[in-house]
Amino acid sequence: MADISSNFLGIKSPNPFWLASAPPTDKKINVLRAYEAGWGGVVWKTLGSQVKNVSSRYSSVDYHGSRVMGFNNIELISDRPLEINLKEITEVVKLFPDRAMIVSLMADSTREAWHELIKKCEDAGAMGFELNFGCPHGMTERGLGAAVGQDPEIAKMVVEWVMEKATIPVITKLTPNVHSVVPTGKACVEAGTNALSLINTIQSVTGVDLDTLVPNPYVAGKSVFGGYCGPAVKPIALKFLTTIAQNATTKKVPISGIGGISTWRDAVEFMLLGSSTVQVCTAAMKHGFRIVEDMCEGLNNWMDEKGFKTLNDFIGKSVSNITHWEDLDINYHHVANINQDKCIHCGLCYITCEDTSHQAINLDKGNPYNTYTIKEQDCVGCNLCKLVCPVDNCITMVEKRVAPEYINWKMWQEKGLPLNDH
Amino acid sequence: MIKNNRLTTEQYEHNFSDIKPPFETQDAALVEANRCLFCYDAPCTKACPTSIDVPKFIKQITTYNVKGSAHTIFQSNIMGAGCSKVCPVEKLCEGACVYNLMEEPPIPIAKLQRYSTEKAINNNWQYFERKKSNGKKVAVIGAGPAGLSCAHILTREGVDVTIYEKENKGGGLMTYGIAAYKVTPQFCEDEVNYILGIGGIEVKYNQELGKNISLEELQKNYDAIYIAFGVGLANKLNIPGEELEGVEDAITFIYNLRSKTYKEISVGDKVAVIGMGMTAIDAATQAKRLGAKEVTMVYRRTEAEKSCTQHELDIARLDGCATIWLAAPKEIVGENGKVKALICDVMQLAEPDAKGKPLPVPTGQTLTLNVDMIIKATGQNPYSNIISAYAIDNTKGKINIQQSATNVSKVFAGGDCVNGGKEVVDAVQAGKDGAASILSFLQIKN
Ligand SMILES: Cc1cc2nc3c(=O)[nH]c(=O)nc-3n(C[C@H](O)[C@H](O)[C@H](O)COP(=O)(O)OP(=O)(O)OC[C@H]3O[C@@H](n4cnc5c(N)ncnc54)[C@H](O)[C@@H]3O)c2cc1C
Ligand SMILES: Cc1cc2nc3c(=O)[nH]c(=O)nc-3n(C[C@H](O)[C@H](O)[C@H](O)COP(=O)(O)O)c2cc1C
Ligand code: SF4
Repeated sequence: MADISSNFLGIKSPNPFWLASAPPTDKKINVLRAYEAGWGGVVWKTLGSQVKNVSSRYSSVDYHGSRVMGFNNIELISDRPLEINLKEITEVVKLFPDRAMIVSLMADSTREAWHELIKKCEDAGAMGFELNFGCPHGMTERGLGAAVGQDPEIAKMVVEWVMEKATIPVITKLTPNVHSVVPTGKACVEAGTNALSLINTIQSVTGVDLDTLVPNPYVAGKSVFGGYCGPAVKPIALKFLTTIAQNATTKKVPISGIGGISTWRDAVEFMLLGSSTVQVCTAAMKHGFRIVEDMCEGLNNWMDEKGFKTLNDFIGKSVSNITHWEDLDINYHHVANINQDKCIHCGLCYITCEDTSHQAINLDKGNPYNTYTIKEQDCVGCNLCKLVCPVDNCITMVEKRVAPEYINWKMWQEKGLPLNDH
Repeated sequence: MIKNNRLTTEQYEHNFSDIKPPFETQDAALVEANRCLFCYDAPCTKACPTSIDVPKFIKQITTYNVKGSAHTIFQSNIMGAGCSKVCPVEKLCEGACVYNLMEEPPIPIAKLQRYSTEKAINNNWQYFERKKSNGKKVAVIGAGPAGLSCAHILTREGVDVTIYEKENKGGGLMTYGIAAYKVTPQFCEDEVNYILGIGGIEVKYNQELGKNISLEELQKNYDAIYIAFGVGLANKLNIPGEELEGVEDAITFIYNLRSKTYKEISVGDKVAVIGMGMTAIDAATQAKRLGAKEVTMVYRRTEAEKSCTQHELDIARLDGCATIWLAAPKEIVGENGKVKALICDVMQLAEPDAKGKPLPVPTGQTLTLNVDMIIKATGQNPYSNIISAYAIDNTKGKINIQQSATNVSKVFAGGDCVNGGKEVVDAVQAGKDGAASILSFLQIKN
């Protein structure tokens, strides 16, 4: 059996699965239940000045009969008194000393406020901090949250304040509401943050009610932009993660990956692209804490199958496999192949290729079942048909290199090779 | 003993309740609708005789466009609601669903079709507008599925349609023939009213061609005539004892069941049903559901040659009906003018006949079933008399057509009277084809 325990800057947890700073981690009852279910750690719901929430605060996007493909909230940081939070943190740490207890912070924008909050939390038993520079609503209007994360200069200043005081590891959580997370990430690393985490939620409108004509979530006839998360944001999170894992400065610190993680498979993908631990919010809010059981077992089985003994054996292994477009091999070519024994004759490959791709699928009419075959000479190898086919491994892509040697776009141009093959 | 009123009202209601209940909730419909893969050139559509765009109407359910979904269905099949309850979908759309090839249950297409169309009928969503009358007049004989479907398309194009119907209700066998646990009289009436709701169709009930009206008259008064009077007469067994009290044909038995209350319908204690087609199944199951103690279906070939679907046979078996294969009725024995027993030849299969079905031949042995009622379900005969009387070209009573036109001037035909008896959905398609031919004959462009 593989060892799935994690050591993040000295903060140990029996597995790399932490709950992200959010409602699942905002009080003792939840956190105890999470630990009992098997979660490796939590990032306690963000603490700061006392705030007041509105009642209606979540909305979501459903897709093709599946609920909560994307999730949206307009909630603020913890609305419970700081003293209660601190007391509960102490109690929880005492009961579960083997789990990671990170406390998320968003103090008012003064050095004193940050120092005071850091002191109190360290006294309460926090093992690490996560600086919330990401919350995209409510707090930004007060110059906090994403307002900090969107400006590298301000972020740098706040991290410096924190590093002056903190005696435990500091993770800075980045907002995705920027065109690149690298400038702020770099600024924070230069200011001394021990680690980075990403992503926080993405500003969004999940939809408009077609009866009331009011967007979601509905608050007395109005709505506001909320923060989007859940499975829908995973690809965006992975992209931002990769940029941090590849940048010369930011890659020096460990990363805690967040954004749309629902299963062990999602988690492994984040880890392959550079996350040392992963954090989960929406999936737990949708299904409860019990999902961690399969996350642990699935990760373990996968590691055994691949021969990885510890997490470090595979963390970051895919980072270098994302390259620049101009370095891709233009001589690589593959074509689709339809396995006629598996084909169920739904025609989905045909209609996508015919209407929107390269007219590379042949249709032989039958009653009631048509036969579909690939016109290899017309297939550009785009993968579309394979993606829409409802049967696993019915359409496969078969490698048919144009030439054996590697040639990229720059070399292609230098050689004056033909640009247009139509 | 043959008697009626065997069960309590609750028992009757339970026994004749909807055999394929609808989705209880929108969520339930959505779960299934969302499973649909939205196939291109979909096998289900090809397997539907009326070519309903199944993927489209199911997709419309998933977008909460139920109104559009029913429109899609009715565009191809104005009896889409009735069909959703009576079609043998296991050999039509659902049988072709690609999920079968994944060894997965097919999409419940009929149930989804019912979901949309029932809402349309209950809310009287009328999708089709009749064009201004163009002065052309067409007479339709028979208000069954073929006649109604033809009339609906004709009136849409501005033709003035008169339907002559010998019964006092519309719907044809939908109203008088199909098993009571598939459709209720109320539903049949609602469906007919919904179809007639477009306007421009006058139905003259209790008017029988050959009795109250003649073809010559119609030819004189109308620009075209569409014959859709189905098939009617039950086949005779031609064996001794057929005239005994307690011998009934399935069509009459079901006709009574569908037009009276359950309590009024008599069945025996021990019933033999002769035949193994859909009608035989319907007669057997309904006899059982009326309270007969034993029902035995008798067929002269084996299970492999049965003409009902496996699904239908399973229904009869689950109802507790027994089957005897390779037995051909030879004689009905009576006592005091009433049925006492059925004597059958025990058969064996010989070489296939012209249709490819193995021919049953007697072994010389017989078997005797002690029964007090015999229901004959050995097929129906076309109305050969009328057809011949008007010199309409036919094959064994089945009207011969070319693009729906008969050999007689202005006279078109379709449905059971042409195909000899298929399904409702085939009759609806025949009505569409008939209307198209009539429109082109009348030089009306649609
Ligand atoms: C017992 C039984 C069960 C069946 N079950 C099913 C089933 O479950 N599913 C399915 O899809 N199909 C079923 N069918 C078949 C289906 O009912 C027919 O295929 C369909 O109704 C044929 O439609 P039609 O319009 O051609 O004829 P019909 O439905 O027979 O309609 C003909 C109409 O013409 C009228 N008529 C007859 N003679 C005259 C006349 N001389 N003048 C004026 N009017 C006249 C009749 O009263 C009737 O209203 C069943 C048939 C039977 C007999
Ligand atoms: C209701 C809700 C409240 C949240 N509150 C906070 C918060 O207080 N502090 C914070 O850093 N992130 C907060 N987040 C963001 C999550 O920690 C996480 O970054 C984001 O939801 C992406 O992860 P997911 O896709 O697994 O949900 C919140 C998210 C949700 C859904
Ligand atoms: S890979 Fe693309 S081009 Fe080739 S057959 Fe499939 S859809 Fe068409």
